[in-house]
Amino acid sequence: MAKGSRVRQTLRVCALVVIFLSPFGSAWADPTPFESALTGLAQASPDAVSRAVAAIAASGDPRALRVLQALMDGDLVACESDGRVLVRDRDGSLHDARTGGAADGAACRAPTVDNGVRRVLDPLIVRLELLAADPALRVAAVDEMAKEASADDAVALREALAREKEARVRRAIVAALAELDLASDDPQKRIDAIAAIERESSMRLRPRLQALVVARADGTFAEPDARVRGAAGQVIRSLDRKQLAVDAMANVLYGLSTGSILLLSALGLAITFGLMGVINMAHGEMLMIGAYATYEMQTVFRAHFPNHSDLYLVAAVPFALITCMAIGAFLELTVIRFLYGRPLETLLATWGLSLILIQAVRSLFGAQNVAVENPPWLSGGIEVLEGVVIPYNRIAVVLFTIAVVAFVAYVLRGTTLGLRVRAVTQNRPMAACMGISTRMVDTWTFALGSGVGGLGGVAISQVGNVGPELGQGYIVDSFLVVVLGGVGKLVGSVFAAFSLGVANKLLEPTAGAVLGKIIILLAVVLVIQKRPQGLFAPRVRSVESA
Amino acid sequence: MKVTRTDILRHWDIGLVGALCATAAFIVPVLNAGTALTNPLHVSDFFVTLVGKLTCYSIVAVAMDFVWGYAGILSLCHGLFFALGGYAMGMYLMRSIGAEGMYRSALPDFMVFLDWKQLPWYWMGFDSFGFAMVMALVVPGVVAYVFGFFAFRSRINGVYFSIVTQAVVYAAMLLFFRNATGFGGNNGLTDFKRILGFPLREPSTRAALCAASGVGLGVAYTICKAVVASRAGRVLTAVRDAQTKVRFCGYDVVSYQLFAWTLSAVLCGLAGALYVPQVGIINPSEMQPSNSVEIAIWVAVGGRATLAGPILGALLVNGAKSWLTVAFPTIWLYFLGALFVFVTLVLPGGLLRAPARLAALRRLVARGAEMLRGVAARRSTSPAPGSVAVGKGQRP
Repeated sequence: MAKGSRVRQTLRVCALVVIFLSPFGSAWADPTPFESALTGLAQASPDAVSRAVAAIAASGDPRALRVLQALMDGDLVACESDGRVLVRDRDGSLHDARTGGAADGAACRAPTVDNGVRRVLDPLIVRLELLAADPALRVAAVDEMAKEASADDAVALREALAREKEARVRRAIVAALAELDLASDDPQKRIDAIAAIERESSMRLRPRLQALVVARADGTFAEPDARVRGAAGQVIRSLDRKQLAVDAMANVLYGLSTGSILLLSALGLAITFGLMGVINMAHGEMLMIGAYATYEMQTVFRAHFPNHSDLYLVAAVPFALITCMAIGAFLELTVIRFLYGRPLETLLATWGLSLILIQAVRSLFGAQNVAVENPPWLSGGIEVLEGVVIPYNRIAVVLFTIAVVAFVAYVLRGTTLGLRVRAVTQNRPMAACMGISTRMVDTWTFALGSGVGGLGGVAISQVGNVGPELGQGYIVDSFLVVVLGGVGKLVGSVFAAFSLGVANKLLEPTAGAVLGKIIILLAVVLVIQKRPQGLFAPRVRSVESA
Repeated sequence: MKVTRTDILRHWDIGLVGALCATAAFIVPVLNAGTALTNPLHVSDFFVTLVGKLTCYSIVAVAMDFVWGYAGILSLCHGLFFALGGYAMGMYLMRSIGAEGMYRSALPDFMVFLDWKQLPWYWMGFDSFGFAMVMALVVPGVVAYVFGFFAFRSRINGVYFSIVTQAVVYAAMLLFFRNATGFGGNNGLTDFKRILGFPLREPSTRAALCAASGVGLGVAYTICKAVVASRAGRVLTAVRDAQTKVRFCGYDVVSYQLFAWTLSAVLCGLAGALYVPQVGIINPSEMQPSNSVEIAIWVAVGGRATLAGPILGALLVNGAKSWLTVAFPTIWLYFLGALFVFVTLVLPGGLLRAPARLAALRRLVARGAEMLRGVAARRSTSPAPGSVAVGKGQRP
């Protein structure tokens, strides 16, 4: 293997030398077409400049776009004395277009750029952008060309299509080409264009096809050829079918994200109400406090760690959990403990508590909504399908939900506390006989439920408004999720939240947001009629006590 | 029948409610309309409207107590029935504006605004006061009956029922918020001019409405009291306390529950219909879930299953609310919240049972003090307190 390694080492050395020398390479090598064309920019006549521009574009050099762009923006100076061409950077410093080194532009002037030059320059820049490394730039270039495309552009686009790999850019190119071809006089070309639209399933051109097949008032069509119309009609149908599938897909994805918000808001309640039987009307306020805890963390980070303010969200998670757990434990010890076994009165007392908490937050933070901003790493989104963009914060919420559910499941299944909580839930007197301090367990369970509510608040702060009345909007939905899933069954809550979320999103396009929500509420009421103990409640043969 | 002093003491709650009804139905309107402004006994127009409003709330409280206190059904959607009655009345008032609205159209203003050309079918007939009054009672009744039929048949009880009703009122609120539903969207129905030809701005009309509310309260209380005292009332109470046993005894529990539930809703509709002409507006915010919870709070504060107590509760909570929102606009919610917590924790029977509760507490304290004295006395006589303690594993 010694020989092989030596060869490789030699190659590496050579590569290093080449890389090292490359900036200077042009200094003594024969001038490339690009470099010889650059000298043309220094000439006074606009015609000469135009010729130089064309030559630079034709050279295919990677530096060409930068130079032409600078020329267009007036950031380029040429020195007649030595033929150097300097490009001004964004910070104002000048660089030599050939070598890339810093340069002094004292004796240089901007080349003459009149309208004639601009006419040449403009399409060339766009065409060069077709070669850019960034796909988004390429798409922008294609769109720019499609606006007023010429036959020349068509050739350039076809070349670009042949070497393009990125689906997004391909779609844009096909759309631009098809738009061109649909206007051609040859029916066969038009049919080919329609076929191309179908191949790339470009939804953008559907209106264009639609215009072909719709009869005008006088009975004639925009498209004279019946064959072309037939093809267009077929493609429209096939596009619609695809769109339907894409829409359904998107709805499911959005529904999952809505469902995870629902689940996060209901999960804490599934503990306090589901496991403990406390009708906790103050649960919405735990969400609200969690969201305000997030806001507080944001403020603290901005004031004390301005360099790491993006990370406030990470710190907000434990902060919200602990704050809400402490408040929950306090409420349990002072109020709720005395109301066990009187569920309807608990409802009223917790309602009073929720009023107090709302007012407390108003006194501390003001009655207005506060601004909780998404950290930069949560802004933006990915395009999963054409026209379906999933924002990062939605994805993060789904992942966060999974984490929180796992956390709750772990606490209940894998810790001593969880074991005790389950024991007390199943048989309180027996658990007490086994030496479990049921009071202690009650406090901890309520604190846990409140803390999980706080975690929900952190997530809600990233997707919605944060104000003192935040909790009121979630309380009805949360209770429905818990009741629908079956009280005492966390799995049921998970299932119920996601089905409600997806059903809501599926109904929204046809019924509208409000009517969709009403239909969902009524459907849930009907389901509860059928299964009064919830979807996941164990079937028992005994009559529940009155 | 001879009325003895004991009878009066035992039925003092009836007397109390009678006095309240008479105040609203007779005394306040007369003192307002029948006395001069300079008369020290004169009651201001503002006060008349306030009394009228509070009386309407009291009707709702009685209806709520009837179904919660005696049938054990905690409804969190009584605000819906109240609002439905109110909307029925509001529709009549809207139609009686005629063409005097902002757009000078025969259609209600909001329909002109929405560019509707004709009245929707469900607005037909509301030109007539009689029809609107019937609808104010029938619509809440039918809605309650249909919902209750399905709910009680499926044996949805207790907390589940409460939560489902809350979802219902929430859904209804969303429905009424839509402009396309045809009830004026979030602005609701307002800008009323006259009722039965009498201008609503006129103090005498207001006094008459206040009197009508007082009569309404009397009617609602009498009906509920009569039902509670009847055999059916006994069965209802039994259903509340031991539903399964009553069912196994052969009673048709669902019918009793449905009856109480529907009657309660109808009374709420009556209250809503009396309320709307006095406040001059009805909008979907009446259906906020929180409003319905508040109704339950009035009952809890006053005392469940007393019928008279909830009236006091409604007066106290709403009176406190109107006073505190003015006196302490920034922190009044603390007081309100604390009141709910305090009542449920310290006065579980409500205000009306507070004297009995206090007496019981005093007895408890006295007994405790006695025990303490006893312990102290024993301690002073026994030389070594540790030796008589009963510890683990020891048998005394």
